[in-house]
Amino acid sequence: MEAFSRRWTALAVAVAVLLIGTPAQAKTEIHFWHAMGGQLGAATNELVKQFNQSQSEYEVKALNKGTYPEVLTGAIAAYRQKNPPHIVQVFDVGTQTMLLSGAIYPIFQLMKEQEIAVNWGDFIKPVTGYYSKDGNLYSMPFNSSSPILYYNKTAFKKAGLNPDKPPATWKEVGEASKKIIAAGAAKCGFTTSWPSWTMLENTFPWHDQPFATNQNGYTGLDTKLLINGEFGVKHIGQLAAWQKEGVYSYGGRMGAPDTKFISGECAMDIQSSAVIGGFKKSLKFEWGTGQLPHWGAPYKKQNAVVGGATLWVLKGQKPADYKGVARFMKFIAEPHQQMWWHVTTGYLPITHTAIKNLETGYHFKKNPEQWTALSQLSAKPTPNSLGHRLGNFVQIREAIESEMENIFAGKKTAKEGLEAAVAKGNAILGEFAAANKP
Amino acid sequence: MLAAHVLLAAATLVIVFPMLYAVQVSTLEFQEVFVFPPKLLPGAAFTDNLQRAWEKVHLGRLLANSAGIAVAVALGKTCLSVLAAFAFTYFRDFPGKTLLFVAILVTHMLPLPVRIVPTFQLMHDFGWVNSYQALTVPFFASATGTLLFRQFFLTIPPALSEAARVDGAGPLRFLVRILLPLSLNNLAALFLVEFLYMWNEYLWPLIVTTSDEMRVVQIGIKMLVATDAQAEWNLIMAGVVAAMVPPLLVLLALQRSFVRSISLGQEK
Amino acid sequence: MKRAVFKNRGLPYLLVLPQIVVTLVFFFWPAFESLRLSFFRTSPFGDKTSFVGLENFVNLLSSAEYYQSIANTFVFAFGVTALAVGLGLFVAALATQKVRGLAAYRTAVLWPYGIAPPIAGIIFLFIFHPSYGVLPYWLGFVTSYEFNWLLKGWVAMALVIIATAWTHVGYNIAFFLAGLLAIPTSVLEAASVDGAGALRRFRSIVLPLLSPITFYLVVVNLIFSFFGSFGVIHAVTQGGPGNATEIMVFKVYKDGFIGLNLGSSAAQSVLLMFVVIVLTALQFRFVEKKVIYS
Repeated sequence: MEAFSRRWTALAVAVAVLLIGTPAQAKTEIHFWHAMGGQLGAATNELVKQFNQSQSEYEVKALNKGTYPEVLTGAIAAYRQKNPPHIVQVFDVGTQTMLLSGAIYPIFQLMKEQEIAVNWGDFIKPVTGYYSKDGNLYSMPFNSSSPILYYNKTAFKKAGLNPDKPPATWKEVGEASKKIIAAGAAKCGFTTSWPSWTMLENTFPWHDQPFATNQNGYTGLDTKLLINGEFGVKHIGQLAAWQKEGVYSYGGRMGAPDTKFISGECAMDIQSSAVIGGFKKSLKFEWGTGQLPHWGAPYKKQNAVVGGATLWVLKGQKPADYKGVARFMKFIAEPHQQMWWHVTTGYLPITHTAIKNLETGYHFKKNPEQWTALSQLSAKPTPNSLGHRLGNFVQIREAIESEMENIFAGKKTAKEGLEAAVAKGNAILGEFAAANKP
Repeated sequence: MLAAHVLLAAATLVIVFPMLYAVQVSTLEFQEVFVFPPKLLPGAAFTDNLQRAWEKVHLGRLLANSAGIAVAVALGKTCLSVLAAFAFTYFRDFPGKTLLFVAILVTHMLPLPVRIVPTFQLMHDFGWVNSYQALTVPFFASATGTLLFRQFFLTIPPALSEAARVDGAGPLRFLVRILLPLSLNNLAALFLVEFLYMWNEYLWPLIVTTSDEMRVVQIGIKMLVATDAQAEWNLIMAGVVAAMVPPLLVLLALQRSFVRSISLGQEK
Repeated sequence: MKRAVFKNRGLPYLLVLPQIVVTLVFFFWPAFESLRLSFFRTSPFGDKTSFVGLENFVNLLSSAEYYQSIANTFVFAFGVTALAVGLGLFVAALATQKVRGLAAYRTAVLWPYGIAPPIAGIIFLFIFHPSYGVLPYWLGFVTSYEFNWLLKGWVAMALVIIATAWTHVGYNIAFFLAGLLAIPTSVLEAASVDGAGALRRFRSIVLPLLSPITFYLVVVNLIFSFFGSFGVIHAVTQGGPGNATEIMVFKVYKDGFIGLNLGSSAAQSVLLMFVVIVLTALQFRFVEKKVIYS
């Protein structure tokens, strides 16, 4: 009887240990706020899940906090209230704000202090250049992309154009558009998503033209925009003329114009390489990609700059947590995760090893559209094409886009509109410089 | 007469069209949404769309949050306004009465956009970020409610309260036994207005919540729109339909009181 | 005076206390903080703050964009109010013609009142979409004019006005109906004996009787469009194209929460407070007058 009850006691204890014991060794939580919705959000969650399963000490908790600006604002508010997330995803235009914030734990420093070895030389330069200061990487590139040309092969065929030869210059874009419209293959020639990013922020470096003074803001705070020069007026002026003829159709900001391409209304779309994954699912016609169109001579063909977002580490959490943060950063930069992320989402792999592994597996041969964006990043960047480092860039982009709308609506000429954009932009830059006086 | 009827029917149709159209789109397959000419007959995909929208943004939880918050705020506002209005109407003048009354009315001049950053800061000082308190308590003050009840109490014959006093009934007993039963229409009307006000609130929950479980339904729907690539309008509209149902139920349940309380207001 | 029957000293304070606490903590203190912030320039992360006096106000009042947002706000608010109140009166007047099924109509038109501004915005965004919206498609049969609100400022403004007015028209109808039904039929009959036509009767007798409600609704609709309509702009136009629909409340949000310029945003909040004070003064003057007369 006694033996019996002792056995039962032992069993009960064993069950209790099983029930309570396992979760008792609590994992350290790492909070990660991001702006990835839809399919990209699902991919982000999958990546986080893989990390959580790969080790037992840390649990990364990913939360979609809304759009990019909402994530940034939320993180800042939380930081000011002394309870920031460990990791926050900030889009390209927030870079200068983050760099000067005094709130960040630079990624190179984090890795060094947490003694986690990273081969920084393996990272591809046009991606890290945007986010580095004095040669050191400050935030971990997470989702990087560059704008490319998408075109509707079915419409090209219908218009008698070679469906395997996307237009490479703006002149060809104009001619192809006119043929397509004349043949009734589409209502309009092309549209542009993220108008300021594709048509100015990338088109300027692509032609080795300066976007702003101080090497696009890299060397000082008293920066002024330079987009109202001859090149800007020529480019935007041509778009405005095409808008009037129906060759070009402005479709709004951010990704809104994609609709015109998906529905077949426009035969071409200049948009981030990050939508490849989405387009594969939603496009019901044959399509291909080409490089961002170029104006040709006398302009030099340089490189595009990356867009997208990076992961910033915020100060102000428990010191012990940062070991876990560093391990997560290391995890996502590893070739295996980089390749998975690239194939799943269309965002660019950021290390040479990952790219080489993809090449070995004939990934780019089988998926040439995935190579287009990378091919635009191969040139060695000049001071005009390293990236943009402007304070309050979110507001500047907004000011530029609202003036682009005035130009395309015919309310202003390209010259007038761009000058207004520069005036507004410079006022915003002045405000930022004043707020960040050392 | 017939002309008036036809005009009325037409005007009503114009007003309800956007909702009917939302319902219709919510029944279509993704491909059918972008067909021209637009389809105007319902499809068969509603349950499928709703299910997918439901899973995508955890609509069930969000609807429960929205409803819980809206009910709590409506109740809180109604209670606090009744108490305050009662104090302002049925007691001998007390020092500071005007000042307190004006202070409450002034809240009307301080809509959320005017004080949103400091209010958020306060939430953190209280440790309320991402909590139900943060989503409810800051909304409990109501100038509209206090004013509404004060006005209504003023229309109640003074003889009633006089009689209660003569009978030796205390103020709280008078409030509960006599005043509240007389105020049912107004209570319901205020509840309705404040429920809808809170149900529709969007900016504050966006800022003060930091986890999926605490979000409200408006944000969930907006997130359905904000996805990458082509927006799935059939799913979005299924979400919209789900989000329309609770306020509609409350409206149906309380609109008689709402209308009656307006009419009472007119008859004075 | 005659109503103040209870003589307790402490109780009234106790009854007002909860409301006052909420008011002080969540309204007065934050509003005061907004005022204080408007005199400072703060870096986005709040680590660098400097007193700048009136500079935030000076910058605002010397920027064309701010004046445009004021102009937009007035066009928007008066547009919404005119449409929502006008349509409300029209429908209510029709509905009082002893129509069968009045309750059903009333429920139907009250329905949009339960729809949140961002949701209303999303529905209208879809209906009006230049590429696949049903309305531009239908209009395409009537005119070749392109109602492209992504580029045409006035179309975008019309869109957000319609979407916002739509959420409020049912509320207005309910109030007008109550007012109309309260007018004694004898008054109307007397007028019709005199041979007054329906329309003239409406203008000369009904409208004046409705003027207190109309005035009340105008103020309520104005306040609603000034402060409660953020969601529509946020969901549909984001202030564009070319700032054409950027109303003051949206600019407060944009500059403060997107642009992270807290000083300017706070200064705009303060200027906005003046607008509310004027509007509320109007409303309370009216309400108080009514109270006194009753």
